[in-house]
Amino acid sequence: MAATNQGVAFHGTPKQEAELKQAIAELKDTKGALMPIMQKAQEIYGYLPIEVQTMISNETGIPLEKIYGVSTFYSQFALQPKRKYQISVCLGTACYVKGSAAILGKLEELLGISNGECTPDGRFSLDSCRCVGACGLAPVMMVNGEVYGRLVPDDVPAILAKYQ
Amino acid sequence: MYRSHVLVCGGTGCTSSGSPRIMEALKEELQKAGLENEVSVVQTGCHGLCALGPIMIVYPDAVFYSMVKVEDIPEIVQEHLLKGRVVTRLIYQETVAEDGVKSLADTDFYKKQHRIALRNCGVINPENIEEYIGTGGYQALGKVLTEMTPDEVIQCLMDSGLRGRGGAGFPTGLKWKFARQNDADQKYVCCNADEGDPGAFMDRSVLEGDPHAVLEAMAIAGYAIGANQGYIYVRAEYPIAVERLRIAIGQAREMELLGKDIFGTGFDFDIDLRLGAGAFVCGEETALMTSIEGNRGEPHPRPPFPAVKGLFAKPTILNNVETYANIPQIILNGPEWFASMGTEKSKGTKVFALGGKINNTGLVEIPMGTTLREIIEEIGGGIPNGKKFKAAQTGGPSGGCIPAEHFDIPIDYDNLISIGSMMGSGGLIVMDETDCMVDIAKFFLEFTVEESCGKCTPCRIGTRRMLEILTKITEGKAEMSDLDKLEELCYYVKNNSLCGLGQTAPNPILSTLRYFRSEYEAHIKEKRCPAGVCKELLTYRIDMEKCRGCTLCARNCPANAIQGTVRNPHVIDTEKCIKCGACMDKCKFGAVYKQ
Repeated sequence: MAATNQGVAFHGTPKQEAELKQAIAELKDTKGALMPIMQKAQEIYGYLPIEVQTMISNETGIPLEKIYGVSTFYSQFALQPKRKYQISVCLGTACYVKGSAAILGKLEELLGISNGECTPDGRFSLDSCRCVGACGLAPVMMVNGEVYGRLVPDDVPAILAKYQ
Repeated sequence: MYRSHVLVCGGTGCTSSGSPRIMEALKEELQKAGLENEVSVVQTGCHGLCALGPIMIVYPDAVFYSMVKVEDIPEIVQEHLLKGRVVTRLIYQETVAEDGVKSLADTDFYKKQHRIALRNCGVINPENIEEYIGTGGYQALGKVLTEMTPDEVIQCLMDSGLRGRGGAGFPTGLKWKFARQNDADQKYVCCNADEGDPGAFMDRSVLEGDPHAVLEAMAIAGYAIGANQGYIYVRAEYPIAVERLRIAIGQAREMELLGKDIFGTGFDFDIDLRLGAGAFVCGEETALMTSIEGNRGEPHPRPPFPAVKGLFAKPTILNNVETYANIPQIILNGPEWFASMGTEKSKGTKVFALGGKINNTGLVEIPMGTTLREIIEEIGGGIPNGKKFKAAQTGGPSGGCIPAEHFDIPIDYDNLISIGSMMGSGGLIVMDETDCMVDIAKFFLEFTVEESCGKCTPCRIGTRRMLEILTKITEGKAEMSDLDKLEELCYYVKNNSLCGLGQTAPNPILSTLRYFRSEYEAHIKEKRCPAGVCKELLTYRIDMEKCRGCTLCARNCPANAIQGTVRNPHVIDTEKCIKCGACMDKCKFGAVYKQ
C-alpha cells in the first residue's frame, strides 16, 4: 500500500487544521479515542494523508507508526484523496448471484480501468464493496451514495452518461 | 387526532429504491388536498418485503401499497385518502381478494412469520421514543430494576434458552453469568452491530426500525452483570442505523432512561457508539474489543475469555443486535413463553435475510425449526423464471451450501451444523441451476482472503493457497490430486487458525465438496463447467440451423472472432473469442449458445 499521498500535494487549510485540533481536544480523554479522531479527521479532509496523521500524532502523543498501522488496517481510511464520482459495485453474495460481476465488467470496459483504479482525468474511481444492504434490489451499484438497483449490463452506459 | 396514518418504510432497502422522495411527494400532495391535519405521515423501519420497495401502508385499514412511484402519489391521495377508495391497481397483489383487501398477515410472505425481534420494525417511528414506550418499551427495564435481582434476570434468560444470534449460538444467560461472577471495579456491556456477512441485514433493520429495544436490553445486561457502561460497535456503512442510534441514545438520556439513577433506583448506565471502519474480522469478539480500544482490529487467543478479561482488560459481555432485541420481550412475557417456541435446543425465532434467486427478497422472522422448504417455497415465493433450486447458502463466508436433499430439515443451530453449514447471522442466499458451486466457493474464499487480518499464518497463507487451487479448478488447469490437497488444506486451516474467521473459512469449500463433488470433478476431468459460469471453460458456438445470417453478432464482436456472409450461417473462431457474451446478448434468434 502506498505510504504517502504520492502525486497529489496536500492542500490543508488553517481552518481545517483548527477544526481537527478542536475535535482532538474534545475526544482526547475518552477511552479508545484514536479511531473516532481519525474518522473525524477523514470527515474534515476527505482522506488521511501522512501530514494529517502527523498532526494527530503531535496532538495526542500517539506514535505515528501506530496511527499509520490503524489507517492501513481498515478499508474505510483512505490515504489518497477521493475522486469526484466514486462508483462502487456491490459484490455481496446476494448481488453476486444475481450477476453483479457482469455489471463491474461493463463498468471496467466503459471506463477503461480496473476495479480499484481511477480514471486518468480524476473524474471516476471504481471500487467493489460488500453489501450495501439493498439486497432486494440486487444487483446494485452506487455513485456517490446514489443507489441504482435491479441492473443489467445494458443499464450502465445511461448511468455513466449522467455524470459525464 | 389524525384519522389516518400513512407508514412509509425508511429502511435502507426502501430508501435505496426512493422512499424519501415518496415521503416528500406525499406530504406535498396532502398539503395541496388540505389533508395535512387529518392524515399523518410516519417514517418507519423495515417491513421485510424489500423486493417490493418502496413500501407504504395506509392505516386504519392497513392497505399495503408496493413499488410506489412518485407519479402514483396524487392518485393515492385523491382516491384513497380523500375519497376512501383503495387504489387496487397499486396494492400488493397478494393482498387483493375478491371481496376487497386481504390482511397482510394472511399473505404467504407473512403468515408463517412470528415477529419478536422485528416486533416494532415497520410499525413505529424509530426516531420517536414515545412510540417505543407506547408499545411497552422500557417496561422490561423498569421491571428488572424494581422487581428482580441480577441473578433472577440471568436465571430468566437461562430458562428461556436464548442463544446468541450472531452465529455461534452460545447460551446468552450463561455468558452473562460468567461475567457476573467476576468481580471488578469496572465491567462493560458491548453490542456487536458490525454485521459483516455480505447479504445479511437483519441487525441493520433492527437498529433502523427499533433502536430503543437494543438500548433497553443493554441496560438490562448492565444491571445483570454489574456494568454501568455500554458500547455499540456499529458498521460505518450503515449511516441510517448510526443516525437513528444517535437520536435514540439522545432521547433515552433526556428521559433519564440512560444515565444516572435510572428509575430512581440508583442504577447508572450509559451507552456510547463506536463506528467500525470496514474490517470483517472485527465481527469476532476479541477483534471487536481491540478495535474499540483504538487499535488494529486483530483477534487474540482465548482464554482469557472476555467475561474475565475483555474490553480495556475488564470483564465484558458482547451480544449481537438480534440477541438483544429479544431480551425485553423475554423479561416481559416470561422465559416459558419464549421456550415454547422453536426446537428442543434452539428456542424462539430467528430472523433471516432472504436473498439471491428468490421471488420475495427480504427479511423474515420465523420460529426455529421451520424447514427450508417452507422458507423458500412458501414465504419466499419460490425461484424466479421457472429455474430449479440448487442450494441455499447460510452463514455467509463461514457457512455452507445446503442442497435440495435437506429441504425438509428443521432449521436450528445444531441441525445446520450437522449438515455442514451454520446459522451464522442469518443470511440465506438461494441459488439455482445456473450457479456454479465451485465459483461460489471461490467467491467466498476471495472474500476471506481479502478480509483475513494477517495475524496468524494458517489463515493468512492457507486461505490464499486454497483460493489459488480453486482458481486453477475454475480455469480448467487442475488435476485430481489438487482436490485432495485442497481438502487437506481445508482441515489444516480449520484446526489451526487463531479465530473464527480462519476456523470457518474452509466451510464454503467443504460443504460444496460434500454435496457437489461431481461439479468439481467435471471442472477437473472434463474441463467443463456444468452450470456454464466459469468463463475459461466455456465455448460460444452458433447453431447453424437457427442462424439467419443477419450479421448483427459479427458487427458487435469486439474481438472480430465471428466470420460469415449475409444470409449465411456465421461461425465463431474459438481461438479469437474472448467469451464476452456480446453475440449471445445481441442475437435475436437465440442461435448463439455456450457449452
